[in-house]
Amino acid sequence: MIAVEQLGVVFGRGTPLEKRALAGVDLTIPTGTFVTVIGSNGAGKSTLLGALAGDVIPTEGRVVVGGVDVTRRPTARRARLVARVFQDPLAGSCADLSIAENLALADARGHVRGLRLALPRRRRERLRERIAGLGLGLEKRLDDRMGLLSGGQRQSVALVMATLAKSEVLLLDEHTAALDPGMAEFVMGLTQKLVAEEKLTTLMVTHSMRQALDYGDRTIMLHEGRILLDVEGGSRHDLSVEDLVAMFRKTRGQTIDDDALLMG
Amino acid sequence: MTSFALWGAIETGLVFAFVGIGVYLAFRILDFPDLTVDGSFPLGGAVTAVLILGGWNPWAAMAAAAVAGALAGLVTAALNVWFRILHILASILTMTALYSINIRVMDRPNMPIMNAETVLTPFLHGTTPPAYIMRPIVLAVLVAIAVALVVLFLATDTGLAMRATGANKRMARAQGVRTGGMVFLGLALSNALVAVGGSLFTQTSRFADVTAGVGTIVVGLAAVIIGETLLPGRRILVAVIGCVIGSVIYRVAVQFALSADFLGLQASDLRLVIAVLVAVALILPRLRRGGSST
Repeated sequence: MIAVEQLGVVFGRGTPLEKRALAGVDLTIPTGTFVTVIGSNGAGKSTLLGALAGDVIPTEGRVVVGGVDVTRRPTARRARLVARVFQDPLAGSCADLSIAENLALADARGHVRGLRLALPRRRRERLRERIAGLGLGLEKRLDDRMGLLSGGQRQSVALVMATLAKSEVLLLDEHTAALDPGMAEFVMGLTQKLVAEEKLTTLMVTHSMRQALDYGDRTIMLHEGRILLDVEGGSRHDLSVEDLVAMFRKTRGQTIDDDALLMG
Repeated sequence: MTSFALWGAIETGLVFAFVGIGVYLAFRILDFPDLTVDGSFPLGGAVTAVLILGGWNPWAAMAAAAVAGALAGLVTAALNVWFRILHILASILTMTALYSINIRVMDRPNMPIMNAETVLTPFLHGTTPPAYIMRPIVLAVLVAIAVALVVLFLATDTGLAMRATGANKRMARAQGVRTGGMVFLGLALSNALVAVGGSLFTQTSRFADVTAGVGTIVVGLAAVIIGETLLPGRRILVAVIGCVIGSVIYRVAVQFALSADFLGLQASDLRLVIAVLVAVALILPRLRRGGSST
């Protein structure tokens, strides 16, 4: 379970560029729920994700993941609880390490790393099986450098990496935004499959209203650092992108000037 | 070049192979331009000279030199990780401080150990093969052990975490790697290896000198780059062996340049030759790639 209480983040406090990115966000995500987060540029999506991941240290409030208060824990010290896929396919893996080595790194997430060989035969076979599940033929290329893979392949491997070791929450940061439409669809299908199989508590940030409604159990819309909309169940099922746009207009009394939000 | 000079160059090359491997760990694995080595090399020599003259077993003296080098690496790591000082500047600070510390260690700027026992002397008592061939052979065995240990380490979970720290810190942290800790560990290992190089330099040349460290980083880089040029490829084993071969070839090339009479070079031209050779080694791979920048 994830509990975010009165979370506030201010960047550059006391400077002329002071910016309030999150203003008292309260959010509880029960175990096994798949939440999609949407919002225009600057709404606070990335900041919320960063506060959960450890990249952003909040100005006020608390972040509790799996019963552990991680508010001030740096990224590396909460990695046992938090798995993550980045937006940039290059960010989530090491180009100069092989596919197998990247997988071994992720397999050890949350464990104490000792002086055992990283890729003994048994672990290698287990990782090979997992990567074979992608159906991309990468199991035959375990010793290829990660840098030789396409963006979509790297993102698919990154998803497998994020689910190798146990975690309390999976954070997806617009992880299909940098991919071509076909590959984006493949990666989203894979996401759905892995989340369902492993019953993962998931928070997916997306720029696409379509994606936000089509996937997951619950959708949250952020605006100016606050939660504007929080729908799940039947009311969410009946919601269309048009409804979402209309609701947004009604609440805010303004038009959406961010085209990207309406696309897809 | 006489065969005596050739074997001498190979011997020096093998001593500096430790520096090459250490610089490879810091520069290539951790992506940390570490100039501490200019201080930890003579530190290793100084500690060895003092302890051997103090009656220590030469192996124990060499181990103590490694520990001293590791400590120097930890100081640079602390300046960078804890106090956020730019990596290269942090290492220059340690290097500068080590100049004074090395004089304190020896209580003078240099120290000969003319007839003392070294780790090499037990192997040199026989007459065949002669000492000038036996010394490089013993050194080659020591280098091989170091290569094996470093390559094995880099294949462990911790070694992989260190490589990820150098390649992609953000990803490493997301995988739970404490990247700061990896900088500490990596610089300690790197400077321990360099100090062992300094220790062997003192034991083969039979003196320790505070100025022996000037340009160590250049020599180490030369070994790494020549190795990468001759043995391209991403495999760690190949790269580490490349450091050794690069170091030896570099010394032989320097020796050749100095002994080629038609060039009219003298011993004091050594550093000019070194700088030119490293510049050539840096420029060649770039030309091969068609002039693109790295």
